[in-house]
Amino acid sequence: MLTLAEIMETIKMVQEENLDIRTVTMGINLQDCADHNPAVAQQKIYHKITSRAKNIVTVGNDLAREYGIPIVNKRIAVTPISLIAGCTPEADYTDFALCLDKAAKAVGVNFIGGFTAFVHKGFTASDEKLIYSIPAALKQTERVCASVNVATTKAGINMDAVYLMGKIIKQTAQATAAQNGLGCAKLVVFCNIPEDNPFMAGAVHGIGEPECTINVGISGPGVIKSVVEKNKRCDLGILAEIVKKTAFKITRMGELIGRLAADRLGVPFGIVDISLAPTPAIGDSVAEILEAMGLERFGTHGTTAALALLTDALKKGGAMASSYVGGLSGTFIPVSEDACLAKAAAKGALSLDKLEALTGVCSVGLDMIAVPGDTSPETIAAIIADEISMGVVNRKSTAVRIIPVPGKKVGDYVEFGGLLGRAPVMSVHQFSSHEFICRGGRVPAPLCSLGN
Amino acid sequence: MDKGQGKGNRVIITVLGPDRVGIIAGVAQVLTENNINILDISQTILQEFLAMVMIADMEKSKLDLNTLKKQLLAKGKEIGVRIDAQHEDAFRYMHRI
Repeated sequence: MLTLAEIMETIKMVQEENLDIRTVTMGINLQDCADHNPAVAQQKIYHKITSRAKNIVTVGNDLAREYGIPIVNKRIAVTPISLIAGCTPEADYTDFALCLDKAAKAVGVNFIGGFTAFVHKGFTASDEKLIYSIPAALKQTERVCASVNVATTKAGINMDAVYLMGKIIKQTAQATAAQNGLGCAKLVVFCNIPEDNPFMAGAVHGIGEPECTINVGISGPGVIKSVVEKNKRCDLGILAEIVKKTAFKITRMGELIGRLAADRLGVPFGIVDISLAPTPAIGDSVAEILEAMGLERFGTHGTTAALALLTDALKKGGAMASSYVGGLSGTFIPVSEDACLAKAAAKGALSLDKLEALTGVCSVGLDMIAVPGDTSPETIAAIIADEISMGVVNRKSTAVRIIPVPGKKVGDYVEFGGLLGRAPVMSVHQFSSHEFICRGGRVPAPLCSLGN
Repeated sequence: MDKGQGKGNRVIITVLGPDRVGIIAGVAQVLTENNINILDISQTILQEFLAMVMIADMEKSKLDLNTLKKQLLAKGKEIGVRIDAQHEDAFRYMHRI
């Protein structure tokens, strides 16, 4: 029988420490929706999404009530649209994005991912059309997320794609200037993109995935912070053990909800992404965990060590708790989405360079970062190239989600609203990377890719 | 899930609020009316604040969990405490392997 203390611990996690299921994401294969006629293809896409996902919101809400754990987001990931739209003669894929948006609204999910191209070794004609459609697509839609995979450890880095994404990010910011460049918050540039990531903006239903699947992302920074605060005097070895045990508990909730949701929706259960994902809510912050460990401010010396300890303990506890761990499964440090991270950036404790270094020990890296609106496409491309190289050489999934906010300068605050939060505009290096980026070409796969 | 174990219909009912006469009776009344069997009760008082947990079996009840939750919520309002019901698996999954 469960003890009173155990029951109260679970209730406290949910009611006081913001434990929730961040997302239940349904992955849907759209490969059978390809058609030469774009209108027919879009009709098939709309029909498939709305029939496959018609119950996802109801099931999510029912589970939340019955099990007493909030399920914050219900989302959809689809096959990369560059693979589907390529069958049509269309030069612009914005209509496909509008179709996804309409389907997302019809079933009531708040985001749909998969306006995506995989170009790590080179562009197909369709990939190029999709990428050039991104600014208009993100301007005209509300819920569509776009992603582009520009590098893998096995293929190296497509530097032409990196440069192109520098320009596309600038254009997307301009296209959504009235909302502080919000379009860029829904656009992510990847290295080693996972095919089963439930989190936005990078969720996509990869080509190795089944017809339909359920992937789950959990969120428990508040729970971890609470146990770290309770154990102020223990050494770091003991602290790692405590975090590990707590990570086990919060991941079990993800595993339970994922399996139940898959069962009720009649599709196979995919994975639990054990990433610790913060929200702008007070107490639901990754930075606060590190500050509770004894750092005055996130970003100071010791931050990398503390984050490495945290991420490793999360993985060890999470891996035990779930049969299938996947997605990104690291720790997220999205600056605008974590109030304490944004504060560290505003106080000058946290720089872009430190965030890049932190990529080495967590995941994703440069996430939800606001930079001055006059940052050049070449500088953005160079920032992407740095971050992506970390992923290529270290065999990790890394990504960049950066917003050059039109008209804003270093120190200005930018409001994105809701879970996207608010952040200060951070400074970038003023020395030019122009010539390096303009060289283009393909950076060869690193030696570590030759593992056979 | 765990259909073979024969305890798929257990719920955890939690009561939080100021202690007073009739809380257990009030909750028990809702459960009795709906043919729900109480398996275990434990409680603790923290500075005049009552935290009570019941484990109950809905196997023989015709009620679904969401309706039970609504009835308990209404009863809680009547007696001035917060009453919630959750499926036992939410706790068992977290604390037992």
